[in-house]
Amino acid sequence: MSVESIDITMEHCPMTFVKAKLALARLNRGDILEVTLKGGEPLENVPRSAAEEGHKILSIEDLGEVHLIRIEKN
Amino acid sequence: MENKKKLSIICFSGDFDKAVAALTLATGAAAVNWEVNLFFTFWGFNIVKTKGGHSFIGRGFLAKVFNFLMGGRKSMPLSRLNFGGASPKLMTGMMKNQNIANLEELYQAAKDLGINLYACEMSMNIFGMTRDDLDPAVKEVIGVPTFLKYSEGGETLFI
Repeated sequence: MSVESIDITMEHCPMTFVKAKLALARLNRGDILEVTLKGGEPLENVPRSAAEEGHKILSIEDLGEVHLIRIEKN
Repeated sequence: MENKKKLSIICFSGDFDKAVAALTLATGAAAVNWEVNLFFTFWGFNIVKTKGGHSFIGRGFLAKVFNFLMGGRKSMPLSRLNFGGASPKLMTGMMKNQNIANLEELYQAAKDLGINLYACEMSMNIFGMTRDDLDPAVKEVIGVPTFLKYSEGGETLFI
């Protein structure tokens, strides 16, 4: 199991979602993706679309101005 | 995935801004798990030509002239305020400054996301082009019935 981290706080639509999706695609089953993102659209849609694809949302942490989401790839 | 949502976009325009709009919608949809089909036709062929600039491609004199004038993905005009081709470059610079994906990045993202790229058979014949003139990422050259079959049951946009 490996852990990869990406920071999409400086990205804008649609690259926020694109980068999260492509990062997940690069991982193997059981690997963890840590995504640092802003609130609003990214916070709402990155975990939702990952869960829709069958990945497991391990945690969503509020770090103040940004959030950290940990996703386990299915 | 069952009941996957589907978006099909007919990319008719060869304008920079409309191509950005089409590719933004396409990549955004694919990133949130929609199946996406892009059907490039007429001026939209500029987006998927192998040669990005103004090139004399195609069979026949008129086709070569048309293709040269149309250009490719790297020479697309803005639909308004083009100022002789200066504006797309300025716009790309503005997008970069704001960390917003430009046309080339969006097109690459579309391919990385596995979006289905299709080219219109009729347009290819009009412009005297062959399959080699199109990006190898284009999956198929198809006609209207096949596009309707692929887009059936989803949302379809014309840009």
